[in-house]
Amino acid sequence: MDSEATPVHAEIALVVNGTEHRLRVDTRASLLDTLREDLGLTGSKKGCDHGQCGACTVLLDGRRANACLALAVAHDGAEVVTVEGLARDGRLSPLQEAFIEHDGFQCGYCTPGQLCSATAVLDEADRGWPSAVTEDLTADPVLDDDEIRERMSGNLCRCGAYTGIVKAVREAARETETDGARA
Amino acid sequence: MSDRLESREKVTGAARYAYEHPLENPAYAAAVQSTVAKGEILEVHADAALRIPGVLTVLSCENAPHLHEVANGELAVFQSRTVAYRGQFVAAVIAETLDIAREAARHVRVDYVSEPFDVLLSADDPRLYKPDKVNPAFPADTEQGDPEGAFAGSAVRVDATYTTPAEHNNPMEPHTTAAQWNDDGTLTLYDSTQGASLVQDTIAQVFGLDRTHVRVIARHVGGGFGSKGTPRPNVVLAAMAAGAVGRPVKFAVPRQQMFATTGYRTPTIQRFRLGADADGTLNSIIHEVFEQSSTVTEFAEQTATPTRVMYRAGNRRTAHRLVRLDVPTPSWMRAPGETPGMFAQESAMDELAVAAGVDPVELRIRNDTDREPDSGLPFSSRNLVACLREGADRFGWEHRDPAPGVRREGRKLVGTGVAASTYPAYLRPNKATARAEEDGTFTVRIAAADIGTGARTALTLIAAEALKADADRVTVEIGDSALPQASVAGGSAGTASWGTAVVRACESLLGKMNGSVPPGGLEASADTAEEIRARDAYARHAFGAQFCEVEVDADTGEVRVRRMLGVFAAGRIINAKTARSQFIGGMTMGIGMALMEESAMDPEFGDYVNRDLAQYHVPACADVRDIDAAWVEESDPHLNPMGAKGIGEIGIVGAAAAVANAVHHATGVRVRDLPITPARLLPLL
Amino acid sequence: MRPFVYERATSADEALRLHEDGARYLGGGTNLVDLMRLGVEEPARLVDVSRLPNGEIELRPDGSLLIGAAVTNSDLAADRTVRESHPMLAQAVLAGASGQIRNLATVGGNLLQRTRCSYFQDADKPCNKRVPGTGCPAREGEHHNLAILGHSEACVATHPSDMAVALAALDATVHVRGRGGERTVPLRDLHRLPGDDPRRDTVLDSGDLITAVEVPPLDIPSRYRKVRERASFAFALVSIAAALDVEGGTVRDVRIALGGVAHRPWRALRAEEALRGAPAIGEEFQRAAEAELAAAEPLRDNAYKVPLARNLIVRTLTELGERS
Repeated sequence: MDSEATPVHAEIALVVNGTEHRLRVDTRASLLDTLREDLGLTGSKKGCDHGQCGACTVLLDGRRANACLALAVAHDGAEVVTVEGLARDGRLSPLQEAFIEHDGFQCGYCTPGQLCSATAVLDEADRGWPSAVTEDLTADPVLDDDEIRERMSGNLCRCGAYTGIVKAVREAARETETDGARA
Repeated sequence: MSDRLESREKVTGAARYAYEHPLENPAYAAAVQSTVAKGEILEVHADAALRIPGVLTVLSCENAPHLHEVANGELAVFQSRTVAYRGQFVAAVIAETLDIAREAARHVRVDYVSEPFDVLLSADDPRLYKPDKVNPAFPADTEQGDPEGAFAGSAVRVDATYTTPAEHNNPMEPHTTAAQWNDDGTLTLYDSTQGASLVQDTIAQVFGLDRTHVRVIARHVGGGFGSKGTPRPNVVLAAMAAGAVGRPVKFAVPRQQMFATTGYRTPTIQRFRLGADADGTLNSIIHEVFEQSSTVTEFAEQTATPTRVMYRAGNRRTAHRLVRLDVPTPSWMRAPGETPGMFAQESAMDELAVAAGVDPVELRIRNDTDREPDSGLPFSSRNLVACLREGADRFGWEHRDPAPGVRREGRKLVGTGVAASTYPAYLRPNKATARAEEDGTFTVRIAAADIGTGARTALTLIAAEALKADADRVTVEIGDSALPQASVAGGSAGTASWGTAVVRACESLLGKMNGSVPPGGLEASADTAEEIRARDAYARHAFGAQFCEVEVDADTGEVRVRRMLGVFAAGRIINAKTARSQFIGGMTMGIGMALMEESAMDPEFGDYVNRDLAQYHVPACADVRDIDAAWVEESDPHLNPMGAKGIGEIGIVGAAAAVANAVHHATGVRVRDLPITPARLLPLL
Repeated sequence: MRPFVYERATSADEALRLHEDGARYLGGGTNLVDLMRLGVEEPARLVDVSRLPNGEIELRPDGSLLIGAAVTNSDLAADRTVRESHPMLAQAVLAGASGQIRNLATVGGNLLQRTRCSYFQDADKPCNKRVPGTGCPAREGEHHNLAILGHSEACVATHPSDMAVALAALDATVHVRGRGGERTVPLRDLHRLPGDDPRRDTVLDSGDLITAVEVPPLDIPSRYRKVRERASFAFALVSIAAALDVEGGTVRDVRIALGGVAHRPWRALRAEEALRGAPAIGEEFQRAAEAELAAAEPLRDNAYKVPLARNLIVRTLTELGERS
């Protein structure tokens, strides 16, 4: 019993929002708890701890992922971007600005996950990834409202701010397109 | 129209919620839940847990410190060996890390003597009784005229039974407390609460402290919807644990444990009878409600109270009957009473419209009233008709074909529905201070809570207006019980109640200032208790009308809301931007109530079994398409200095009925038992 | 969660070597970590196989696909080849979970995810799948989303995967590395019916490692359709993966697999047999669906799944017939 219950630890390294951290973690520790408790990055939220709400969504090696389901030890060497890393030099990202503009949140608890998720949604669309509502799988999807809603459905918002969230993502998607056209 | 003042903190992750305040050397708690629904604890075996490295202590009825009794029995954490429901907290492990605490909690073995139990609500339970009052202080029953006789003699009659299931609030932030006992014997709580002052008072009583020795901080709260309106066992558990280990302790209730320990909406069984003339004019309204509470605490949801407010009829009766079951304790969930009650009433009105062959919008207009039917009091303002007309116009109701089940688009059945909304405009006593500095800035202080309502922003706008100052010169401090005592963010009474105190404090300050601020600044305070006592007698309520279009897949029974519009009359709207979000948020939760939310009670074990967010479905982004809220101008001098009614709850009221009525219009099937899932609907299509 | 030793394998051989009694392979962890946190799974050792060199999707000359077990669900669904050659498979994957879960979840792990039965997920309750011999409270309890086909006295659980349903319809084969070397298992035989041993979801032995999934070519119209209680991010009540080839008004080939109805993806062989050579019309689809569902034994609260499955078969085949 005693040995069975004795924590096992491992050394890992994580690059979080551009800063490298070397940590000794309990093998059981989720990436989420590691961010929140060990690194003090409490922006990522714990709503369910089982991948069912999306409040913990971060960018893990460039892709959105539920930090609550990711074991820190299994992501040794990973690059993580949390909500704290979305703004650059104090300037909010277009998505962060759009969430404010369209009131894409109320209590704010799901917001960090929504923002990380939305950041990835723009990138996924850019790469031509389809979704469950994409009619023609062979074509490049266009981020219309139905696409945004489907792609953002892994992030629950109990306050019901979805309409503002969809508007914000739509606006940021347009901005990204425009920027892309300019570039 | 203003952005939320804390927007930047919320989109950058800087906003700190209860679990997230930096504490010196915190320990972590994990709770053990009872595995019997009723019984006595024989023995708590903590040895195995205590042997695990990193475990600091195990608390249970065998070693917990004595607590003072308070009205809410849920707060008597570990004070008795009696188990009142499955999932009740019976022990807690405190450890160096959360992983250790949670693992050790699995090693705490509790021996019980289990007793037979009953967890199922039924309308013919012989133990049903009439409570002395229903939440918070309404009579259980009301009656006028001869409701049964008038019903029997009516040309058109509706007699239907509706049921709503148990539903869980499920705010995204779990109920969380970080507790710290300070060297001077005072207690600091970072708590996810809708009311810092109430937690302060209650916890002070529980631990036998002077209220000034407890400080509750709740700057940001991740939703509550009523479930954080009163302190729950997590607060007591964390405070007790922190005392036991002499360190700060953090405790967030895991999502699964929330389904037993943090409140929920009682299931209801409602028989609704409407008797009317051939043209739909009501003669009789009878609303009988059956619902549950736990054996720990009586909570009687005021389900029939909106029936006392809505429609004119000379003969009427409402009644609540309650049964105490071996279930978790139900509590407030967004518009308790109005939400389930108006599902029944507004479904019944739709049935009456069909039976009488009257348009459902017109039926409601025809039965409008200028006095509150039960009390006979005049309404301070009532603009239900304006909402119905405005909504019908915007929604395009005019050319609606009333025939059910005739609009097909491929394999989809399409229909529209309407329902009315109402919610009381409460006003509660509050205190506030307002302070002016020489540099022309102001600080207003009140222990209010912003649980996502936009309260911080609204109060700043209110204060700025009262001070005749630009909002950027005004700072409003809330979310801390060290600030002047405030009422709970509940009953849609926050902005009105806190705002009144803020206005009075600001007015008093302006009076004192007389145009200038002396060196060192100037401060004024207000207490609205007397002002509220002295108010004239009016029936004060907000009203609204909700319109909905659904599509129903004829092959699968899947219902999707295509578009939804709510039009509300809620006094003056302080901040249009956040108000819209509040209305739409309520309507969104109403879609959940209509189509998916249901906590399933297991009669063999006595708990709600679908206890996570994969099994208890709340609306996802894809469920909410074209949804909008609007309001009619309403000027009401009998409310408060702002002329505002509450807006936090009315959005959910009537929403489920609007959806269900649209489903009937689409399919011809009347679903009287929520939620309208494929399992319920498909067999009837 | 019970403490465990974590090992990362860099090859299948190493993974097998590191696996021992009480160990589990870790893919994306989206179900395993979830169940460990609930105390349902209690491995003493995790062998991380998410970085084995089998993260590729290969299109073979004959049009078949070889999908490495460590390929994430996202990469599978986003793959241009898969989207063009096996749209039903991409649709099924996209119908499952959420974008962020699909980024973590792997093909191998998806196949091995456990049932979402409430009782299985509550370590304080009896469950024959978790603790053999303790009983199946779901039979009389909350089972509105459990099995209507192939269940037993001991277990009425369903398999929750969407992807596996499509793979069942596609006659996929699973490549397995075990103590005895490599072997292949037809996907239709991978998952078991519960019988009197519901503890075992699949025919795999302890230590067996799924290394890849092989999917034969598909050149007929196909689609995946999922019915659930909200518009997205929910497990299926019933789902269908179907493909139909019609020539001259007659069914030449047909594949039908159902999800959410049984302990394994349910290949509707009876319906397929009834349809081959039959006229591609609604009445025949209906008759075939009813032939398949004649074996259904719904529980008290899930009888709605029978007409739901029937309607889905008829509707999906009708739609595919129009495209064929």
